[in-house]
Amino acid sequence: MNERIESLRKESFETHPSFSAERAVLETEFYEENYGKYSTPLMRGLNFKYICQKKSIYIGPNELIVGERGPAPKAVSSFPELTCHSLQDLEILNSRQMQSYDVSENDMTLYSNFVIPYWRGRSMRDRAFARTPQKWLDMYEAGLFTEFGEQRALGHTALDGLIYEKGMLDIKQDIANARKSLDFLNDPEATAKDDELQGMDISCDAIMILAQRHAELAEKMAAETDDPSRRTELLKIAEVCLQVPAHAPRNFWEAIQMYWFVHLGTIIELNGWDAMSPGHLDQHLFPFYIKDVEEGALDREKAKELISCFWIKVNNTPAPPKVGVTAAESGTYNDFTNINLAGLKSDGSDGSNEVTYIILEVVDELRLLQPQCNIQVSARTPDGVLKAAGRVIRNGMGYPSIFNADMVIAEQMRVGKTVEDARQGGTSGCIETGCAGKEAYLLHGYLNTPKVLEITLNNGVDPMTGKMIGLETGNPDGFKTFDDLYSAFERQLEYVVDTKIEVDNYLRSRYAEFFPATFLSVLIRDCVKNGRDYYNGGPRYNSDYIQCTGIGTITDSLSAIKKHVFDEKTVPITRLIEACNKNWEDCEALRLTMWNKTPFYGNDDDYADSIMQRVYGSLFDVIDGKPSILGPNYHLNMLSTTCHNYFGKMTAATPNGRFKGMPISDGTSPSHGADRNGPTAVVKSLGKMDQVKSGGTLLNQRFLPSVLAGESGIDGMVNLVRTYFKLGGHHIQFNVVDEETLREAQRNPQEHRGLLVRVAGYSDYFVDLDNYHQEEIISRTAQETL
Amino acid sequence: MPKVTGTVFDIKRYALHDGPGIRASVHLKGCPLSCWWCHNPESQDSQPQLLFRKERCIGCGICVMSCPNGAISRAIETDSHLCLGTGACADTCPSEAREICGRDMSVAYVMGELLKERIFFEQSGGGVTLSGGEPLLQHEFAMALLVECKKNNIHTAVDTCGFVNSAGMLETVPYTDLYLYDIKHMDSERHRLYTGADNDVILSNLVKLGESGASINARMPLIPGINADEENLRATGAFLARVRGLTRLSLLPFHSVAQDKHDRWNMEYHLRGVFSPTENLLTSSARIIESCGVSTVIGG
Repeated sequence: MNERIESLRKESFETHPSFSAERAVLETEFYEENYGKYSTPLMRGLNFKYICQKKSIYIGPNELIVGERGPAPKAVSSFPELTCHSLQDLEILNSRQMQSYDVSENDMTLYSNFVIPYWRGRSMRDRAFARTPQKWLDMYEAGLFTEFGEQRALGHTALDGLIYEKGMLDIKQDIANARKSLDFLNDPEATAKDDELQGMDISCDAIMILAQRHAELAEKMAAETDDPSRRTELLKIAEVCLQVPAHAPRNFWEAIQMYWFVHLGTIIELNGWDAMSPGHLDQHLFPFYIKDVEEGALDREKAKELISCFWIKVNNTPAPPKVGVTAAESGTYNDFTNINLAGLKSDGSDGSNEVTYIILEVVDELRLLQPQCNIQVSARTPDGVLKAAGRVIRNGMGYPSIFNADMVIAEQMRVGKTVEDARQGGTSGCIETGCAGKEAYLLHGYLNTPKVLEITLNNGVDPMTGKMIGLETGNPDGFKTFDDLYSAFERQLEYVVDTKIEVDNYLRSRYAEFFPATFLSVLIRDCVKNGRDYYNGGPRYNSDYIQCTGIGTITDSLSAIKKHVFDEKTVPITRLIEACNKNWEDCEALRLTMWNKTPFYGNDDDYADSIMQRVYGSLFDVIDGKPSILGPNYHLNMLSTTCHNYFGKMTAATPNGRFKGMPISDGTSPSHGADRNGPTAVVKSLGKMDQVKSGGTLLNQRFLPSVLAGESGIDGMVNLVRTYFKLGGHHIQFNVVDEETLREAQRNPQEHRGLLVRVAGYSDYFVDLDNYHQEEIISRTAQETL
Repeated sequence: MPKVTGTVFDIKRYALHDGPGIRASVHLKGCPLSCWWCHNPESQDSQPQLLFRKERCIGCGICVMSCPNGAISRAIETDSHLCLGTGACADTCPSEAREICGRDMSVAYVMGELLKERIFFEQSGGGVTLSGGEPLLQHEFAMALLVECKKNNIHTAVDTCGFVNSAGMLETVPYTDLYLYDIKHMDSERHRLYTGADNDVILSNLVKLGESGASINARMPLIPGINADEENLRATGAFLARVRGLTRLSLLPFHSVAQDKHDRWNMEYHLRGVFSPTENLLTSSARIIESCGVSTVIGG
């Protein structure tokens, strides 16, 4: 890491996130002045242009890649048209211990006097809650599901190679051609399309204005600086900003700056979930890299420096602060910009290249929270890439995460994408499969699957509140067989999912109507050609997802009921339900019997794994193909991000022996402490899930650094990954455990049963060691993960 | 499948240090040696043994009812003379305070568990390692497992201390792809002190094994103050240099973590206060043995 990168990185680390009312104020000014004068797409395009014209511009010392979403690094904009923060929200943001944002007095006043009075009752969130049905609200408040559309713009987005081939001027030409071919005589939508295309055209102008203003500032700073080498750099920055995004990039530097302007545009326009990702960045940059290196205009070190500058830019962009339940369920600072490495090219050949390795080095050296990166591993990917990634993982960062590129492609083809498009697709956010640059894949929120079982066991009542929130599916006393109970669960599940989808569809239609994303739409293929917005069926592909959580917890709970209540008949179902509802008080022997004497998911045991398959099948049946406003586009995702913590808080004790309030299982991982046969058994269990029918699954594997030590450790990891992918796995992530996790394991040994300790020729479970040796391993681990 | 059964105390999956690739190691109970540094001291006795972790016991009394021989009192104390080692109490104990080390297993059952791992063996060039204890002590059972593995084209390794019947050991050669052969000390007196037996049989068996055409990796735990002196290292190197079929010696750095297991099983531990070898000691030891013409690596 050179001095420039070190200082930029330090600044990014040390700058405390702050709240900036600038965007909110500009938008409010614009809406006050113009609301009612234009069609909605024009209004949104013009609003975006107004912000690009007026927002503060920042070029920091030492920077090579320029542009910030807010007025300065780590200053985060708000989006009052979607969620208008109250003064109380802002006070909480300013003072809360976890993840606070500095809020200035001036911003508070602006909000109080100007922003709030305009947007109260007009924001998306206010509109949404004004007409959601009571049964939906009851379930939402009980923690049965969350709702993405209530305060952030829907949509996961990653880009393909478009912006490296076409500048905004080229795209404006495409828009002009599309407008020319509109048929106002025969197409009843022609006027709406024309409005949308005009909005897109204005958005192209807006982003060019933003770049132009950076060029001007760089020239001004160049004239003012005494440092001749910085002057050269600033003039170069000005030249780059005049080229991109107006024109296609000509070299490596311009390619990176092109992406960054486009990225900024999408997150200034709206605040989509999980922001934005460049998709296969190594593949996009490689042609520029090779050309520049061959011409002698670039060397490897300079390329690494430019990528590092970009990395820091992404890290400077905290997520817009959330409110209410959403703040609780995903308390992350940063949006997920998940960059895809390796994978396949659209012709099916290996996509890894020198830039793949450079990026892995950058990731290892910078160790920033964002962007994250992942490697897409096809059967055609060389082991060398996987090993290089393994060495980064071993250093304790938890990423790159590893995806099965062949599976990611198969998942897309199952839902109708062409093989070429699917190969250019990948994953964004956490693990979500999507067709980069060609798809709107909208996630609508997490589903608390264990809680659906919980209300089934209580005949529709939420035991946490005593409130009736579900269907009356029968008194559990009356279930004669496990199948009786299971079919009650299935009816309850369908009722909950349908209630959610009704509201999801309503919200989705509101985005299409009130918040078209006219800038994002120029970046996603076919929106221009179709004359339709990203939210309104413009993209080549459109999908809607519900993210199902807690498959481990529900499988283990059903397995406990099946074994002890129905197969062995040692525990009456009412006794088990009563014990759960009083959080196992005075029932420790029963709780431990459930926890220790039940076949659990994650051990390659068909008793439990067949229950997992059944639950997964039910989730698929009630979600896949359900109608959205654009057709039968609903699919399921199997991930939880951090929502398993929130759902855990909302869920009473569960029959698998879990206490009330404890997290439910994450992603498709086994419950913490349930997997007791090591990682091969875990991936065998996961391999029994027909993952191709999902839009992604998530497996977290926790390892002590010593397990990955040496070449044999790396080889073991590579082979574990390859085998999991042969079995049809979608994703695996190795979390190399840190000191904190081991301390937690000391406090709660039952939750960490599977944590293996390995020294040559000896292995044992961490929780089984005496305190002295636990301490020794903790100090060793702390060193290894430094 | 052969009807023979054996006493197995563990089947470990994702074993990376007991032969090539990802392996599953089957730990057979019973060992003729009792090495001071033994990593699996619970494996030495050939009979199943009960381990009671008092700190986990919640006093529910379920074990009292479960014991077929009435060996557990109401105060949850086990009469070791009455305990038959059936594991019935461990099967029902909710809190896992009771653990049975060593269960009777059929060849079919063990093979069933091992075949679950087959896809990992195939991917990684791994296989099955019979370990212990001393696996060759349960000769018939070990043979049956090796034969079944070979029928299924699974790579096999045997981790042996060498203190076994020569003829029995040589019978396993056609079914064993690799032997992991433990060498502890070249001085017979000291060998007896640390392990309870002379080294004569061990060394002569190693020579015979080499002559039979077997492929062998020797392994030596390197323990400061016990066997890491230059004289012993030179003697070890000189001896190994003459063994046919030997591909290399692995020096396994001693680690005190086994102390905990000795304590847990109420066994005497002689190496209290002995530290792991330093990097320096490891590399200089490896160099000494290398100088005798034996390829040497550090670690499994």
